[in-house]
Amino acid sequence: MSEFLAMGGYAFYVWGSVGACALGMVLEVWMLKHRRRAILARLPRKELA
Amino acid sequence: MNHSLVNWFKFASPASFYPLAGRLIPYFAAVAMALLAAGLWIGLLVAPTDAQQGEGYRIIFVHVPVSWMSMFIYCVMAFWAALGLSFNTRLSGMMTSALAPTGALFAFLSLWTGALWGKPMWGAWWVWDARLTSQLILFFLYLGFIALQAAIDDPRRADKAGAILALVGVINVPIIYFSVQWWNTLHQGASVSMTKAPSMAHTMLLGMLLMALAFWAYTIAVALMRVRCIILERELTSEWVKKNAME
Amino acid sequence: MIRLLAPFRQSVRRDLLLAARHKTEIITALFFFVIVVNLLPLGIGPDPDLLRKIAPGALWIGALLATLLGLQRLFAPDHADGTLEQMALSPQSFTLLVAGKIMAHWLVAGLPVVLIAPLLGVQFDLSGRSLFILTLSLLLGTPILSLIGAVGAALTLGVRGGGALLSLLILPLYIPALIFGAGAVEADLAGIGPDGHLSLLAALLVVSTFFAPWVATVALRVALE
Repeated sequence: MSEFLAMGGYAFYVWGSVGACALGMVLEVWMLKHRRRAILARLPRKELA
Repeated sequence: MNHSLVNWFKFASPASFYPLAGRLIPYFAAVAMALLAAGLWIGLLVAPTDAQQGEGYRIIFVHVPVSWMSMFIYCVMAFWAALGLSFNTRLSGMMTSALAPTGALFAFLSLWTGALWGKPMWGAWWVWDARLTSQLILFFLYLGFIALQAAIDDPRRADKAGAILALVGVINVPIIYFSVQWWNTLHQGASVSMTKAPSMAHTMLLGMLLMALAFWAYTIAVALMRVRCIILERELTSEWVKKNAME
Repeated sequence: MIRLLAPFRQSVRRDLLLAARHKTEIITALFFFVIVVNLLPLGIGPDPDLLRKIAPGALWIGALLATLLGLQRLFAPDHADGTLEQMALSPQSFTLLVAGKIMAHWLVAGLPVVLIAPLLGVQFDLSGRSLFILTLSLLLGTPILSLIGAVGAALTLGVRGGGALLSLLILPLYIPALIFGAGAVEADLAGIGPDGHLSLLAALLVVSTFFAPWVATVALRVALE
Protein backbone atom coordinates (compact mmCIF):
# COMPACT_ATOMS: atom_id res chain seq x y z
CA MET A 1 0.00 0.00 0.00
CA SER A 2 2.69 2.51 0.99
CA GLU A 3 4.57 1.45 -2.12
CA PHE A 4 1.52 2.33 -4.16
CA LEU A 5 1.24 5.70 -2.45
CA ALA A 6 4.94 6.43 -3.00
CA MET A 7 4.50 6.07 -6.78
CA GLY A 8 8.16 5.21 -7.23
CA GLY A 9 9.27 8.59 -5.87
CA TYR A 10 6.80 10.54 -7.97
CA ALA A 11 4.14 10.71 -5.27
CA PHE A 12 4.03 14.51 -5.13
CA TYR A 13 3.59 14.84 -8.88
CA VAL A 14 1.14 12.01 -9.48
CA TRP A 15 -1.03 12.67 -6.43
CA GLY A 16 -0.73 16.41 -7.01
CA SER A 17 -2.27 15.93 -10.44
CA VAL A 18 -4.96 13.45 -9.44
CA GLY A 19 -5.72 15.44 -6.30
CA ALA A 20 -6.06 18.74 -8.15
CA CYS A 21 -8.49 17.18 -10.60
CA ALA A 22 -10.52 15.62 -7.82
CA LEU A 23 -10.52 18.86 -5.86
CA GLY A 24 -11.56 20.90 -8.90
CA MET A 25 -14.41 18.58 -9.73
CA VAL A 26 -15.68 18.31 -6.15
CA LEU A 27 -15.52 22.08 -5.74
CA GLU A 28 -17.38 22.65 -8.99
CA VAL A 29 -20.21 20.32 -7.98
CA TRP A 30 -20.32 21.82 -4.49
CA MET A 31 -20.50 25.35 -5.88
CA LEU A 32 -23.30 24.36 -8.23
CA LYS A 33 -25.30 22.78 -5.41
CA HIS A 34 -24.75 25.91 -3.36
CA ARG A 35 -25.86 28.09 -6.27
CA ARG A 36 -29.02 26.03 -6.72
CA ARG A 37 -29.89 26.22 -3.03
CA ALA A 38 -29.37 29.99 -3.13
CA ILE A 39 -31.76 30.35 -6.06
CA LEU A 40 -34.42 28.11 -4.51
CA ALA A 41 -34.20 30.10 -1.30
CA ARG A 42 -35.24 33.16 -3.29
CA LEU A 43 -38.45 31.48 -4.45
CA PRO A 44 -41.55 32.65 -2.62
CA ARG A 45 -42.02 30.36 0.36
CA LYS A 46 -45.75 29.83 0.07
CA GLU A 47 -45.41 28.32 -3.38
CA LEU A 48 -43.24 25.47 -2.16
CA ALA A 49 -45.92 23.46 -0.47
CA MET B 1 -41.93 20.66 -40.67
CA ASN B 2 -41.67 17.00 -39.86
CA HIS B 3 -42.40 15.44 -36.51
CA SER B 4 -38.89 14.76 -35.28
CA LEU B 5 -38.00 18.42 -35.74
CA VAL B 6 -41.03 19.49 -33.73
CA ASN B 7 -40.04 17.17 -30.91
CA TRP B 8 -36.56 18.63 -30.76
CA PHE B 9 -37.90 22.14 -30.63
CA LYS B 10 -40.18 21.13 -27.79
CA PHE B 11 -37.14 20.43 -25.61
CA ALA B 12 -35.51 23.63 -26.79
CA SER B 13 -37.87 25.52 -24.51
CA PRO B 14 -36.29 26.03 -21.08
CA ALA B 15 -39.50 25.11 -19.28
CA SER B 16 -39.60 21.61 -20.77
CA PHE B 17 -35.85 21.11 -20.79
CA TYR B 18 -35.54 21.85 -17.08
CA PRO B 19 -37.26 18.66 -15.82
CA LEU B 20 -35.63 16.55 -18.57
CA ALA B 21 -32.19 17.77 -17.51
CA GLY B 22 -33.06 17.02 -13.90
CA ARG B 23 -33.92 13.43 -14.78
CA LEU B 24 -30.76 12.94 -16.84
CA ILE B 25 -28.24 14.27 -14.29
CA PRO B 26 -28.19 11.20 -11.97
CA TYR B 27 -27.52 8.83 -14.89
CA PHE B 28 -24.60 10.84 -16.22
CA ALA B 29 -23.25 11.32 -12.71
CA ALA B 30 -23.41 7.56 -12.08
CA VAL B 31 -21.72 6.80 -15.40
CA ALA B 32 -19.02 9.36 -14.61
CA MET B 33 -18.35 7.83 -11.19
CA ALA B 34 -18.20 4.28 -12.54
CA LEU B 35 -15.91 5.18 -15.44
CA LEU B 36 -13.74 7.31 -13.19
CA ALA B 37 -13.28 4.42 -10.79
CA ALA B 38 -12.47 2.01 -13.63
CA GLY B 39 -10.14 4.46 -15.33
CA LEU B 40 -8.22 5.28 -12.16
CA TRP B 41 -7.97 1.59 -11.28
CA ILE B 42 -6.46 0.77 -14.67
CA GLY B 43 -4.33 3.90 -14.79
CA LEU B 44 -2.88 3.76 -11.30
CA LEU B 45 -2.80 0.01 -10.60
CA VAL B 46 -3.11 -2.15 -13.70
CA ALA B 47 -1.07 -0.27 -16.31
CA PRO B 48 2.58 -1.39 -16.22
CA THR B 49 5.34 0.89 -14.97
CA ASP B 50 7.03 2.77 -17.78
CA ALA B 51 10.65 1.91 -18.53
CA GLN B 52 11.81 5.54 -18.88
CA GLN B 53 9.53 7.58 -16.69
CA GLY B 54 8.78 5.06 -13.94
CA GLU B 55 5.53 5.68 -12.10
CA GLY B 56 5.64 9.38 -12.98
CA TYR B 57 4.09 8.77 -16.35
CA ARG B 58 0.78 7.89 -14.67
CA ILE B 59 -0.07 11.60 -14.75
CA ILE B 60 -0.90 10.92 -18.39
CA PHE B 61 -4.17 9.31 -17.29
CA VAL B 62 -5.50 12.62 -16.05
CA HIS B 63 -3.45 15.06 -18.10
CA VAL B 64 -4.32 13.82 -21.58
CA PRO B 65 -8.08 13.30 -21.03
CA VAL B 66 -8.36 16.67 -19.28
CA SER B 67 -6.60 18.40 -22.19
CA TRP B 68 -8.82 16.63 -24.71
CA MET B 69 -11.90 17.72 -22.84
CA SER B 70 -10.80 21.35 -22.60
CA MET B 71 -10.49 21.51 -26.39
CA PHE B 72 -13.60 19.44 -27.03
CA ILE B 73 -15.76 21.58 -24.73
CA TYR B 74 -14.75 24.73 -26.61
CA CYS B 75 -15.90 23.11 -29.86
CA VAL B 76 -19.19 22.07 -28.26
CA MET B 77 -19.63 25.64 -27.02
CA ALA B 78 -19.08 26.91 -30.56
CA PHE B 79 -21.64 24.39 -31.80
CA TRP B 80 -24.28 25.66 -29.35
CA ALA B 81 -23.28 29.23 -30.18
CA ALA B 82 -23.82 28.67 -33.90
CA LEU B 83 -27.14 26.96 -33.18
CA GLY B 84 -28.22 29.83 -30.96
CA LEU B 85 -27.30 32.50 -33.49
CA SER B 86 -28.94 30.76 -36.44
CA PHE B 87 -32.16 29.51 -34.80
CA ASN B 88 -32.40 32.08 -32.04
CA THR B 89 -33.21 29.42 -29.44
CA ARG B 90 -32.82 30.55 -25.87
CA LEU B 91 -31.57 27.21 -24.60
CA SER B 92 -28.51 27.25 -26.90
CA GLY B 93 -27.11 30.36 -25.28
CA MET B 94 -27.70 28.90 -21.85
CA MET B 95 -25.87 25.70 -22.82
CA THR B 96 -22.92 27.74 -24.12
CA SER B 97 -22.58 29.60 -20.85
CA ALA B 98 -23.19 26.43 -18.84
CA LEU B 99 -20.23 24.72 -20.50
CA ALA B 100 -17.70 27.55 -20.22
CA PRO B 101 -16.72 27.26 -16.53
CA THR B 102 -16.22 23.50 -16.84
CA GLY B 103 -14.09 24.03 -19.95
CA ALA B 104 -12.03 26.63 -18.11
CA LEU B 105 -11.59 24.22 -15.20
CA PHE B 106 -10.32 21.49 -17.51
CA ALA B 107 -8.00 23.93 -19.30
CA PHE B 108 -6.59 24.97 -15.93
CA LEU B 109 -6.22 21.35 -14.79
CA SER B 110 -4.48 20.55 -18.05
CA LEU B 111 -1.91 23.28 -17.33
CA TRP B 112 -1.60 22.22 -13.69
CA THR B 113 -1.07 18.53 -14.42
CA GLY B 114 1.21 19.48 -17.30
CA ALA B 115 3.40 21.47 -14.92
CA LEU B 116 3.47 18.59 -12.44
CA TRP B 117 4.46 16.23 -15.23
CA GLY B 118 6.99 18.63 -16.72
CA LYS B 119 8.92 19.22 -13.50
CA PRO B 120 10.20 15.66 -12.95
CA MET B 121 10.51 14.82 -16.67
CA TRP B 122 11.99 18.01 -18.17
CA GLY B 123 13.22 19.66 -15.00
CA ALA B 124 10.98 22.70 -15.40
CA TRP B 125 7.44 23.54 -14.30
CA TRP B 126 6.83 25.38 -17.53
CA VAL B 127 8.41 25.25 -20.98
CA TRP B 128 7.39 27.37 -23.94
CA ASP B 129 6.32 24.34 -25.89
CA ALA B 130 3.72 24.83 -28.63
CA ARG B 131 1.15 22.63 -26.96
CA LEU B 132 1.52 24.16 -23.52
CA THR B 133 1.39 27.68 -24.90
CA SER B 134 -1.71 26.95 -26.98
CA GLN B 135 -3.38 25.43 -23.95
CA LEU B 136 -2.63 28.57 -21.96
CA ILE B 137 -4.17 30.70 -24.69
CA LEU B 138 -7.23 28.45 -24.74
CA PHE B 139 -7.52 29.07 -21.01
CA PHE B 140 -7.41 32.83 -21.69
CA LEU B 141 -10.14 32.43 -24.32
CA TYR B 142 -12.35 30.70 -21.75
CA LEU B 143 -11.70 33.47 -19.23
CA GLY B 144 -12.51 36.12 -21.83
CA PHE B 145 -15.80 34.41 -22.65
CA ILE B 146 -16.79 34.13 -18.99
CA ALA B 147 -15.77 37.74 -18.28
CA LEU B 148 -17.73 39.05 -21.25
CA GLN B 149 -20.89 37.24 -20.23
CA ALA B 150 -20.50 38.32 -16.63
CA ALA B 151 -20.17 41.97 -17.68
CA ILE B 152 -23.41 42.11 -19.69
CA ASP B 153 -26.58 42.45 -17.65
CA ASP B 154 -29.16 41.67 -20.30
CA PRO B 155 -29.11 37.85 -20.62
CA ARG B 156 -30.19 37.84 -24.28
CA ARG B 157 -27.40 40.19 -25.24
CA ALA B 158 -24.93 38.25 -23.08
CA ASP B 159 -25.90 35.06 -24.93
CA LYS B 160 -25.49 36.58 -28.36
CA ALA B 161 -22.28 38.45 -27.62
CA GLY B 162 -20.89 35.28 -26.02
CA ALA B 163 -21.92 33.25 -29.06
CA ILE B 164 -20.11 35.61 -31.43
CA LEU B 165 -17.01 35.51 -29.25
CA ALA B 166 -17.11 31.71 -29.04
CA LEU B 167 -17.33 31.43 -32.82
CA VAL B 168 -14.54 33.95 -33.38
CA GLY B 169 -12.50 32.00 -30.84
CA VAL B 170 -13.08 28.60 -32.40
CA ILE B 171 -11.97 29.92 -35.80
CA ASN B 172 -8.89 31.38 -34.17
CA VAL B 173 -7.88 28.33 -32.15
CA PRO B 174 -6.33 26.47 -35.13
CA ILE B 175 -4.66 29.67 -36.35
CA ILE B 176 -3.22 30.30 -32.90
CA TYR B 177 -2.06 26.70 -32.59
CA PHE B 178 -0.40 26.88 -36.01
CA SER B 179 1.28 30.20 -35.25
CA VAL B 180 2.55 29.03 -31.88
CA GLN B 181 3.96 25.86 -33.45
CA TRP B 182 5.60 27.98 -36.15
CA TRP B 183 7.03 30.26 -33.46
CA ASN B 184 8.30 27.27 -31.53
CA THR B 185 10.19 25.81 -34.48
CA LEU B 186 11.87 29.15 -35.09
CA HIS B 187 13.10 29.29 -31.49
CA GLN B 188 14.77 25.92 -31.31
CA GLY B 189 15.98 26.44 -27.75
CA ALA B 190 12.68 25.93 -26.03
CA SER B 191 11.42 22.93 -27.93
CA VAL B 192 10.92 19.77 -25.93
CA SER B 193 10.03 16.48 -27.48
CA MET B 194 6.71 15.39 -26.09
CA THR B 195 6.57 12.35 -28.32
CA LYS B 196 8.83 10.44 -25.97
CA ALA B 197 5.67 9.36 -24.19
CA PRO B 198 5.89 5.61 -23.73
CA SER B 199 4.67 3.46 -26.58
CA MET B 200 0.96 2.99 -26.26
CA ALA B 201 0.22 -0.29 -24.60
CA HIS B 202 -3.36 -1.45 -24.91
CA THR B 203 -4.03 -1.08 -21.20
CA MET B 204 -2.74 2.50 -21.31
CA LEU B 205 -4.99 3.41 -24.19
CA LEU B 206 -7.91 1.79 -22.42
CA GLY B 207 -7.21 3.70 -19.22
CA MET B 208 -7.00 7.02 -21.03
CA LEU B 209 -10.16 6.27 -22.97
CA LEU B 210 -12.04 5.38 -19.80
CA MET B 211 -10.88 8.57 -18.10
CA ALA B 212 -11.82 10.67 -21.13
CA LEU B 213 -15.31 9.12 -21.19
CA ALA B 214 -15.62 9.69 -17.44
CA PHE B 215 -14.79 13.38 -17.81
CA TRP B 216 -17.18 13.54 -20.73
CA ALA B 217 -20.05 12.16 -18.65
CA TYR B 218 -19.02 14.42 -15.77
CA THR B 219 -19.09 17.44 -18.09
CA ILE B 220 -22.60 16.62 -19.26
CA ALA B 221 -23.85 16.14 -15.71
CA VAL B 222 -22.27 19.38 -14.49
CA ALA B 223 -23.35 21.37 -17.54
CA LEU B 224 -26.92 20.15 -17.03
CA MET B 225 -26.77 21.15 -13.37
CA ARG B 226 -25.50 24.58 -14.35
CA VAL B 227 -28.02 25.05 -17.13
CA ARG B 228 -30.78 24.28 -14.61
CA CYS B 229 -29.40 27.02 -12.36
CA ILE B 230 -29.26 29.44 -15.29
CA ILE B 231 -32.83 28.62 -16.33
CA LEU B 232 -34.05 29.17 -12.78
CA GLU B 233 -32.20 32.45 -12.41
CA ARG B 234 -33.62 33.82 -15.61
CA GLU B 235 -37.18 32.61 -15.16
CA LEU B 236 -37.55 33.01 -11.45
CA THR B 237 -40.76 34.95 -11.79
CA SER B 238 -42.51 32.70 -14.30
CA GLU B 239 -45.39 30.45 -13.27
CA TRP B 240 -43.87 27.10 -14.16
CA VAL B 241 -40.84 27.78 -12.00
CA LYS B 242 -43.02 28.48 -8.99
CA LYS B 243 -44.84 25.21 -9.56
CA ASN B 244 -42.13 22.83 -10.63
CA ALA B 245 -38.73 24.06 -9.58
CA MET B 246 -38.57 21.87 -6.52
CA GLU B 247 -38.71 18.67 -8.57
CA MET C 1 -17.82 49.94 -57.83
CA ILE C 2 -16.87 53.44 -56.71
CA ARG C 3 -20.50 54.21 -56.01
CA LEU C 4 -20.79 51.07 -53.94
CA LEU C 5 -17.88 52.13 -51.77
CA ALA C 6 -19.33 55.60 -51.15
CA PRO C 7 -20.50 54.80 -47.58
CA PHE C 8 -17.01 53.49 -46.80
CA ARG C 9 -15.34 56.70 -47.97
CA GLN C 10 -17.87 58.90 -46.19
CA SER C 11 -17.35 57.01 -42.98
CA VAL C 12 -13.56 57.25 -43.23
CA ARG C 13 -13.70 60.97 -43.96
CA ARG C 14 -16.12 61.64 -41.12
CA ASP C 15 -14.05 59.78 -38.53
CA LEU C 16 -10.84 61.41 -39.72
CA LEU C 17 -12.46 64.83 -39.37
CA LEU C 18 -13.59 63.97 -35.87
CA ALA C 19 -10.11 62.72 -35.01
CA ALA C 20 -8.56 65.90 -36.40
CA ARG C 21 -10.61 67.88 -33.89
CA HIS C 22 -9.20 65.81 -31.02
CA LYS C 23 -5.56 65.74 -32.01
CA THR C 24 -4.44 65.05 -28.46
CA GLU C 25 -5.84 61.51 -28.64
CA ILE C 26 -3.69 60.63 -31.63
CA ILE C 27 -0.63 62.18 -30.05
CA THR C 28 -1.26 60.47 -26.72
CA ALA C 29 -1.44 57.03 -28.34
CA LEU C 30 1.73 57.70 -30.30
CA PHE C 31 3.60 58.92 -27.24
CA PHE C 32 2.38 55.93 -25.29
CA PHE C 33 3.94 53.71 -27.95
CA VAL C 34 7.23 55.62 -27.89
CA ILE C 35 7.45 55.61 -24.11
CA VAL C 36 6.57 51.94 -23.63
CA VAL C 37 9.18 50.91 -26.19
CA ASN C 38 11.76 53.21 -24.61
CA LEU C 39 11.11 51.86 -21.13
CA LEU C 40 12.15 48.36 -22.13
CA PRO C 41 15.88 49.09 -22.47
CA LEU C 42 15.71 50.85 -19.12
CA GLY C 43 14.24 47.72 -17.57
CA ILE C 44 16.43 45.23 -19.38
CA GLY C 45 19.76 46.95 -19.82
CA PRO C 46 21.63 48.73 -22.61
CA ASP C 47 23.49 45.74 -24.09
CA PRO C 48 23.19 46.33 -27.90
CA ASP C 49 23.19 42.61 -28.75
CA LEU C 50 20.31 41.97 -26.39
CA LEU C 51 18.42 45.05 -27.56
CA ARG C 52 18.77 44.04 -31.19
CA LYS C 53 17.31 40.69 -30.24
CA ILE C 54 14.28 42.02 -28.41
CA ALA C 55 13.61 44.98 -30.74
CA PRO C 56 11.00 43.32 -33.01
CA GLY C 57 9.06 41.93 -30.05
CA ALA C 58 9.32 45.19 -28.12
CA LEU C 59 8.05 47.30 -31.00
CA TRP C 60 5.29 44.86 -31.80
CA ILE C 61 4.04 44.69 -28.23
CA GLY C 62 4.20 48.47 -28.05
CA ALA C 63 2.13 48.70 -31.24
CA LEU C 64 -0.36 46.17 -29.85
CA LEU C 65 -0.90 48.18 -26.66
CA ALA C 66 -1.05 51.49 -28.51
CA THR C 67 -3.84 50.14 -30.75
CA LEU C 68 -5.78 48.98 -27.70
CA LEU C 69 -5.83 52.53 -26.33
CA GLY C 70 -7.99 53.96 -29.09
CA LEU C 71 -10.18 50.90 -29.56
CA GLN C 72 -12.54 51.64 -26.69
CA ARG C 73 -13.48 54.91 -28.38
CA LEU C 74 -14.00 53.32 -31.79
CA PHE C 75 -17.78 53.01 -31.39
CA ALA C 76 -18.48 54.45 -27.93
CA PRO C 77 -18.94 58.18 -28.82
CA ASP C 78 -21.19 57.34 -31.78
CA HIS C 79 -23.14 54.96 -29.57
CA ALA C 80 -23.56 57.60 -26.88
CA ASP C 81 -24.99 60.28 -29.19
CA GLY C 82 -27.17 57.91 -31.23
CA THR C 83 -25.20 58.21 -34.47
CA LEU C 84 -24.46 54.49 -34.45
CA GLU C 85 -28.15 53.66 -34.33
CA GLN C 86 -28.75 55.99 -37.25
CA MET C 87 -26.03 54.22 -39.19
CA ALA C 88 -27.54 50.81 -38.46
CA LEU C 89 -30.93 51.97 -39.70
CA SER C 90 -29.68 53.92 -42.71
CA PRO C 91 -30.19 52.47 -46.21
CA GLN C 92 -26.42 52.45 -46.69
CA SER C 93 -24.54 49.27 -45.93
CA PHE C 94 -23.83 49.23 -42.20
CA THR C 95 -20.91 46.86 -42.79
CA LEU C 96 -19.23 49.34 -45.12
CA LEU C 97 -19.77 52.17 -42.65
CA VAL C 98 -18.21 50.04 -39.93
CA ALA C 99 -15.35 49.10 -42.27
CA GLY C 100 -14.80 52.83 -42.84
CA LYS C 101 -14.58 53.42 -39.11
CA ILE C 102 -12.03 50.61 -38.78
CA MET C 103 -9.99 52.08 -41.63
CA ALA C 104 -10.06 55.47 -39.93
CA HIS C 105 -8.95 53.89 -36.67
CA TRP C 106 -5.98 52.35 -38.42
CA LEU C 107 -5.08 55.65 -40.12
CA VAL C 108 -5.20 57.39 -36.76
CA ALA C 109 -3.75 54.76 -34.43
CA GLY C 110 -1.86 52.29 -36.64
CA LEU C 111 -0.21 54.31 -39.37
CA PRO C 112 1.61 56.77 -37.06
CA VAL C 113 3.04 53.80 -35.18
CA VAL C 114 4.28 52.28 -38.44
CA LEU C 115 5.84 55.59 -39.50
CA ILE C 116 7.69 56.17 -36.25
CA ALA C 117 8.79 52.54 -35.82
CA PRO C 118 12.01 52.88 -37.89
CA LEU C 119 13.15 55.68 -35.61
CA LEU C 120 12.67 53.54 -32.53
CA GLY C 121 14.31 50.63 -34.34
CA VAL C 122 17.43 52.75 -34.72
CA GLN C 123 17.50 53.18 -30.93
CA PHE C 124 17.61 49.40 -30.71
CA ASP C 125 20.56 49.29 -33.10
CA LEU C 126 18.72 47.45 -35.88
CA SER C 127 20.37 47.23 -39.28
CA GLY C 128 18.81 48.90 -42.31
CA ARG C 129 17.48 45.64 -43.66
CA SER C 130 15.93 44.63 -40.35
CA LEU C 131 14.36 48.07 -40.03
CA PHE C 132 12.77 47.68 -43.43
CA ILE C 133 11.37 44.23 -42.65
CA LEU C 134 10.10 45.37 -39.26
CA THR C 135 8.32 48.37 -40.76
CA LEU C 136 6.84 46.21 -43.50
CA SER C 137 5.59 43.70 -40.94
CA LEU C 138 3.99 46.51 -38.92
CA LEU C 139 2.44 47.94 -42.07
CA LEU C 140 0.84 44.57 -42.81
CA GLY C 141 0.08 43.77 -39.19
CA THR C 142 -1.36 46.91 -37.61
CA PRO C 143 -4.50 46.82 -39.83
CA ILE C 144 -5.11 43.30 -38.48
CA LEU C 145 -4.95 44.71 -34.96
CA SER C 146 -7.55 47.37 -35.84
CA LEU C 147 -9.78 44.81 -37.58
CA ILE C 148 -9.78 42.20 -34.81
CA GLY C 149 -9.94 44.94 -32.23
CA ALA C 150 -13.11 46.29 -33.81
CA VAL C 151 -14.86 42.99 -33.09
CA GLY C 152 -13.87 43.26 -29.44
CA ALA C 153 -14.89 46.91 -29.29
CA ALA C 154 -18.29 46.01 -30.74
CA LEU C 155 -18.78 43.14 -28.29
CA THR C 156 -17.90 45.27 -25.26
CA LEU C 157 -19.81 48.36 -26.39
CA GLY C 158 -21.50 49.96 -23.41
CA VAL C 159 -20.51 47.12 -21.10
CA ARG C 160 -19.30 47.47 -17.51
CA GLY C 161 -15.50 47.64 -17.28
CA GLY C 162 -15.25 47.77 -21.06
CA GLY C 163 -11.58 48.71 -21.31
CA ALA C 164 -10.03 45.92 -19.27
CA LEU C 165 -12.53 43.44 -20.68
CA LEU C 166 -11.64 44.47 -24.22
CA SER C 167 -7.96 43.70 -23.57
CA LEU C 168 -8.84 40.32 -22.09
CA LEU C 169 -10.90 39.39 -25.15
CA ILE C 170 -8.64 40.78 -27.83
CA LEU C 171 -5.06 40.19 -26.73
CA PRO C 172 -5.21 36.37 -27.10
CA LEU C 173 -6.57 36.86 -30.63
CA TYR C 174 -3.62 39.14 -31.45
CA ILE C 175 -1.11 36.36 -30.85
CA PRO C 176 -0.84 35.07 -34.46
CA ALA C 177 -0.22 38.60 -35.77
CA LEU C 178 2.39 39.17 -33.05
CA ILE C 179 4.16 35.89 -33.81
CA PHE C 180 4.30 36.35 -37.58
CA GLY C 181 5.05 40.07 -37.33
CA ALA C 182 7.84 40.00 -34.79
CA GLY C 183 9.05 36.67 -36.17
CA ALA C 184 9.71 38.10 -39.63
CA VAL C 185 12.78 40.01 -38.47
CA GLU C 186 14.08 37.14 -36.38
CA ALA C 187 13.59 34.71 -39.25
CA ASP C 188 15.58 37.04 -41.48
CA LEU C 189 18.37 37.28 -38.91
CA ALA C 190 18.33 33.49 -38.57
CA GLY C 191 18.89 33.20 -42.34
CA ILE C 192 15.49 31.71 -43.22
CA GLY C 193 14.28 34.90 -44.90
CA PRO C 194 11.19 36.89 -43.92
CA ASP C 195 9.01 35.80 -46.85
CA GLY C 196 7.16 33.03 -45.07
CA HIS C 197 6.25 35.19 -42.10
CA LEU C 198 5.24 38.16 -44.22
CA SER C 199 3.09 36.02 -46.53
CA LEU C 200 1.28 34.53 -43.54
CA LEU C 201 0.79 38.00 -42.11
CA ALA C 202 -0.64 39.14 -45.45
CA ALA C 203 -2.94 36.11 -45.48
CA LEU C 204 -4.16 37.01 -41.99
CA LEU C 205 -4.77 40.55 -43.20
CA VAL C 206 -6.83 39.36 -46.16
CA VAL C 207 -8.91 36.99 -44.03
CA SER C 208 -9.56 39.55 -41.31
CA THR C 209 -10.39 42.24 -43.89
CA PHE C 210 -13.10 39.98 -45.24
CA PHE C 211 -14.58 38.78 -41.98
CA ALA C 212 -13.84 41.27 -39.19
CA PRO C 213 -16.04 44.18 -40.42
CA TRP C 214 -18.89 41.77 -40.93
CA VAL C 215 -18.52 40.14 -37.50
CA ALA C 216 -18.17 43.57 -35.89
CA THR C 217 -21.41 44.62 -37.59
CA VAL C 218 -23.24 41.56 -36.27
CA ALA C 219 -21.89 42.29 -32.79
CA LEU C 220 -22.93 45.94 -33.06
CA ARG C 221 -26.46 44.95 -34.03
CA VAL C 222 -26.60 42.74 -30.93
CA ALA C 223 -25.40 45.66 -28.81
CA LEU C 224 -27.96 48.02 -30.33
CA GLU C 225 -30.95 45.71 -29.90
